[in-house]
Amino acid sequence: MPLRRNPVVRRQSDGRFSLVLPQDQREVMVRLLGDLDELLVESPDDPSTRRLQPPAYLHDPDRDMGYQLLAGEELRASRHAAIEASIDAIGRASLTEDELWAWAQSLNALRLVVGTRLGIEQDDYPRPSDPDDENAPFWAVLDFTSEVQYWVLKALGG
Amino acid sequence: MISPAEISSPTGDTDLDPDLPWVVLVWNDPINTMEYVALVFRKLFGFSKAKANELMLQVHNNGRAAVSSGPREKAEIDVFRLHEHGLWATMQRD
Repeated sequence: MPLRRNPVVRRQSDGRFSLVLPQDQREVMVRLLGDLDELLVESPDDPSTRRLQPPAYLHDPDRDMGYQLLAGEELRASRHAAIEASIDAIGRASLTEDELWAWAQSLNALRLVVGTRLGIEQDDYPRPSDPDDENAPFWAVLDFTSEVQYWVLKALGG
Repeated sequence: MISPAEISSPTGDTDLDPDLPWVVLVWNDPINTMEYVALVFRKLFGFSKAKANELMLQVHNNGRAAVSSGPREKAEIDVFRLHEHGLWATMQRD
């Protein structure tokens, strides 16, 4: 479970947000977001990305195909732009609200991909207790991104 | 503070209009946190914190919640913006 001890983002009096994420964790974030961007560009149909391109029409395949044709590329471009904005902002001491929202969206996209790889389908999902479990690295990524997202959402007003 | 530029419906606390033909549903996803879902509702629809939390709890407890309604074009835009934020949204005739 996330530790939630030290805020990594704080709202400033001028409406911007100060980033107090340690340098090593910023580097982890850059690497994870870069990996996500690469996956979305090179393997857009990878099963782990299915939650990032859900159907708009559950019971109307023809209309849904039309939606996917119209919106699919725009959705991928929007996600890429958010990831790029997140990576660009990560070295700065303070962020705008739009930049922090790009973080929130990109962190969530990352959690959706990792959670899908872990097979999470229910609210109460079992976690392996064995630290040598083959999925332990994915659980570690989920915990790390959950921790950062928690503070991002707190700062944004959640 | 939520940016006014992000608000598509400034009267977000009003109930859904029963005469409008398309409704946008958000479905429960165990990976999305409750805090994230509620904050996205506030950002995209201008809901108050209380209204956003109420809808988020509907999603969590009932499996889905109707978050907006209107003509098909508006519903598609709302669905797209929810998809941009990683929420599982669909639309159907009311």
